[in-house]
Amino acid sequence: MTKTFKIVVLAKQVPDTRNVGKNAMKEDGTVNRAALPAIFNPEDMNALEQALRIKDKFPGTKVELLTMGPLRAADIIREGYFRGADGGVLLTDRKFAGADTLATSYALSMAIRKMNPDIIISGRQAIDGDTAQVGPQVAEKLGIPQVTYAESISASESGKITILRRLERGIEEVSTSYPVLITVNATAPACRPRNAKQLMRYKHASTLSEQNDNEHNSYLPLFNMEELTIPEWGVADVGGEEIKYGLSGSPTKVKKIENIVFQAKESKRLSASEEDIDSLFIELISSHTIG
Amino acid sequence: MNNIIVYIETENGKIADVSLELMTKGRELANKLNCNLEALLIGDKVSHLSEELFLYGATKVHLAEDSRLEFYRTLPYSAIAISLFKSEKPQIALFGATSIGRDLAPRVSSALTSGLTADCTSLEIGDHNDAKSGKEYKDLLYQIRPAFGGNIIATIINPEHRPQMATVREGVMKKMALQQAANGEISKIDIKPILNDSDFVVEIIKRDIQERKIDIKGASIIVAGGFGVGSKENFKQLFELAHLLGAEIGASRAAVDAGFADHARQVGQTGVTVRPKLYIAVGISGQIQHTAGMDQSAMIISINNDPNAPINNIADYAIVGDLNEVLPRMIKSYKKNIK
Repeated sequence: MTKTFKIVVLAKQVPDTRNVGKNAMKEDGTVNRAALPAIFNPEDMNALEQALRIKDKFPGTKVELLTMGPLRAADIIREGYFRGADGGVLLTDRKFAGADTLATSYALSMAIRKMNPDIIISGRQAIDGDTAQVGPQVAEKLGIPQVTYAESISASESGKITILRRLERGIEEVSTSYPVLITVNATAPACRPRNAKQLMRYKHASTLSEQNDNEHNSYLPLFNMEELTIPEWGVADVGGEEIKYGLSGSPTKVKKIENIVFQAKESKRLSASEEDIDSLFIELISSHTIG
Repeated sequence: MNNIIVYIETENGKIADVSLELMTKGRELANKLNCNLEALLIGDKVSHLSEELFLYGATKVHLAEDSRLEFYRTLPYSAIAISLFKSEKPQIALFGATSIGRDLAPRVSSALTSGLTADCTSLEIGDHNDAKSGKEYKDLLYQIRPAFGGNIIATIINPEHRPQMATVREGVMKKMALQQAANGEISKIDIKPILNDSDFVVEIIKRDIQERKIDIKGASIIVAGGFGVGSKENFKQLFELAHLLGAEIGASRAAVDAGFADHARQVGQTGVTVRPKLYIAVGISGQIQHTAGMDQSAMIISINNDPNAPINNIADYAIVGDLNEVLPRMIKSYKKNIK
């Protein structure tokens, strides 16, 4: 029998900050977050593709998604199913609320311990924070090596895994042993499209919370819900020290948030006078555009 | 104890600019906090770089040298930084937001359970009054960064945890050496008790790192010149402004064809497409071939002596005037108004 792997893909549901159009703006020029669609974090999609490629090469490999977020983040697990994953876990608990990257990493690492994979793959960073911290922090919490900025991954039966990394000014190829955590760059191949068969099979996959929301789910008992139930894990399921979760587990605090006010493009005419240029530069500095 | 430590990144036997920029910022913060500025230097045969760090105000260079440390690898480098921070207890630790810094800093912060803020655009010292507990915190590091796809600016603090860690991208801070080097010392780190064989489990099979090339794609500010700049000589003023702003130089095709600038700097349909947060177009008329490569910039300022130049239609600010007057005034105004 050929080698099989157990792979966990870390994926996050994020507001689509790339498309902050005019309709996503409130009258005061600030972002109306509620108007932004929730999407599968783009680089996590690249990560999922890498996991599925290993599965293509080593049939019998199991690819599971792990996502942390509110109940609606079950969409991430369903999307994973549609593209060929074998399942996933929604990590959700009020006690996770207010987590910064460190508390998030702690929660993810506790869930990963329970899932016990050979390979953990995530996107390099999420577009709502762009911090790129969670991958390395999860690896540290698990006490395993990390390989960041991956563009391609070749697993092998020999117990070694080779990774091509895309760095600022070049490439690096490294090899390491399992278990390992790998973060994937946007330059890696895009994720394959949804598979029609998988879509039919899993479109009713749902968490117990969703199933209990009877209003629109009265037909569910017709299906074999055992296969279609997405597990929801909370602090009670993954264990660990409660103080390390959520707000209390977060060393960083947000002191202040300033909204950047968008203006409609209406060009302002200035003269070459010292006064005009001075007032422009004072404005640019105070808006953090320069300086 | 409780000093500021800057992680020093090296490339091809030289200190990366971003590390020297952080040393410059670190010096300013250390002066405010009345503490020392120190550096962490890891590599193979790098001790001679300490002299340059003294010139940037380091009073101590923590040095870890070993042939196995020639190239950056996460596990041994992070083990050294973690061990040093545990014993030295710096109040602030700064890293470049580079491929290396963004790999290393989170690993270190996780091991020390200290907070880390990525890609800060500004670092300041300030106090904090916790509304809930009523506790007063003096002299915290304000870590200021854009978030949410650049749509908000957040000020982050770590009231209880040390070191307060931050990464900063290259070119965001200014780099300035001292007139006279600080009276610094080298403190060798004994790596034997810190490193295990398992720290070298990730092997580098192949490395192909290019020398730094002109790359205007990633620049957050671009000062671009067109045919209207007039000469290569005049282009130097653009470089001066760009250097001050931490900006890259771009050019229109006409300027490149006239030999004012390198082809790698060409913006537009046949050049590079850029979307910086600020694009200053100097002497560029604004042909569609050029604007196609830059009209997604968050803010556009044009400088042109023709009030009807098409570029003014897409500019947020259109300065009508001679660049030989406008550029020196911009440089002067920047120097005057920046803190």
